[in-house]
Amino acid sequence: MNTAGVRAGARVVARADGRGGTCLPVLEGDGPLALRRTRGSGTGARVLLVGAMSGPLGGDRLTMRAEVGTGARLGVGSAAATLALPGRHTDDARYDVRLTVAPGGELHWLPEQLISVRGSSLLATTHADLARGARLVLREEQVLGRSGEPPGRLITRLTVRIAGRPVLDQQLTCGPGTRGGWDGPAVLGGHRAVGQLVVVRPEFDDEPVTARALGEGAAVLPLPGPAALVTAVAPDALRLRRLLDGAAHLLAPAPG
Amino acid sequence: MSRAALLVLADGRFPAGGHAHSGGAEAAVGAGRVTGAASLEDFCRGRLHTAGLVSASLAAAAALGTDPVELDAAADARTPSPALRTAARRLGRQLTRAARAAWPSAELDALRRAFPKGAHQPVVLGVTARAAGLGPADAAYCAVYESVSGPATATVRLLGLDPFEATGVLARLAPEMDEVAGAAVCAAERAAGEGTDVLPADSAPLLEISAQAHAGWHMRLFAT
Repeated sequence: MNTAGVRAGARVVARADGRGGTCLPVLEGDGPLALRRTRGSGTGARVLLVGAMSGPLGGDRLTMRAEVGTGARLGVGSAAATLALPGRHTDDARYDVRLTVAPGGELHWLPEQLISVRGSSLLATTHADLARGARLVLREEQVLGRSGEPPGRLITRLTVRIAGRPVLDQQLTCGPGTRGGWDGPAVLGGHRAVGQLVVVRPEFDDEPVTARALGEGAAVLPLPGPAALVTAVAPDALRLRRLLDGAAHLLAPAPG
Repeated sequence: MSRAALLVLADGRFPAGGHAHSGGAEAAVGAGRVTGAASLEDFCRGRLHTAGLVSASLAAAAALGTDPVELDAAADARTPSPALRTAARRLGRQLTRAARAAWPSAELDALRRAFPKGAHQPVVLGVTARAAGLGPADAAYCAVYESVSGPATATVRLLGLDPFEATGVLARLAPEMDEVAGAAVCAAERAAGEGTDVLPADSAPLLEISAQAHAGWHMRLFAT
């Protein structure tokens, strides 16, 4: 019996190919993390994260890295939602995403939802480190339980830095057995889907984003830097995606 | 340390402008999410473990002498709502003014020069605690208590809630306030060695979303 859980990693490096396009000198993954290059549109490269097995399970430790060089454009999506599942190990599972974008580089990080399944326990961290002049569109969605099911324990932390300065650092802790009040009227208020869309564009320095409420469940929030966050809650994954897609059109051109 | 100085700083009548803020309670009452003592308690509990923990950690770190400029940047990153960033700086400026009168200190003068529009209130609170001869735990307790006393007092006005019931909510939360203050001091001590990235960053999506909607209300009793 495997006692330590799975340790697996995946890594993609995107570079400008010198002819106006983007090449991928590194595209590797093992265990439950497999990466496939797909047909891109325009000058960018597109990569799909394909779940080779279910996970992360309790005790697993997965790390995903994407590095975008000067002038390169990369879009990363996933083939299906990620399910945090209970494992035979009592340890928490961990899923770490590390993203770096060089000046003039552009990354669209748009994975499918993370679903916290009953009995699971996952710590998921995403750190995006951007140079000045880098671009980012990043979406994360957390769904608390499959349909009609109570969620597991889920802690997510999202950190975005531009030129070394933190512009966003936030953690969400939810699920039974975590700290009190997580589902109360200050935090989630019974909503079962919560999401963040971060857009970083150098143009925001000259044309700052205007803060606005998008109904009762979402808001566009300009961050301290050329960046904006859309934060949203919804009863389910479908309505959450609709809110974030609507907000994305306000902030950024369609992903290439 | 002076226990009496802690009472002066923690007094709701300390002239630092806190009474004008409901900590998101006005928006939550308006949306029908807070309707009485039970939902107020749940609201305060959620706020305590998110915004309360973050504020208390920043205040404790500032009280330990961590660079206020770095702490202010950490506070900015942990406050995505511009309405709440503006409010935190306004409260910080008001607290700086009151604190400089109460406990004159070179550190408070330097803070005012570095942030003419005000630093984030929890950072000022920590520097004020130092000036008053108080420690990181005192600063953390002030921040923790403020994170729930503001909404509780505001709800008495907003809903006509029985003040005895509101005080009961605060008393029932006291053991959790102790835990959060303790966690904040531990985090602040860790940050002294490892940097401000390790400070807690717990967020409350509904507080952030509704703060933006509330900022657009034409008629409101509270600034936040």
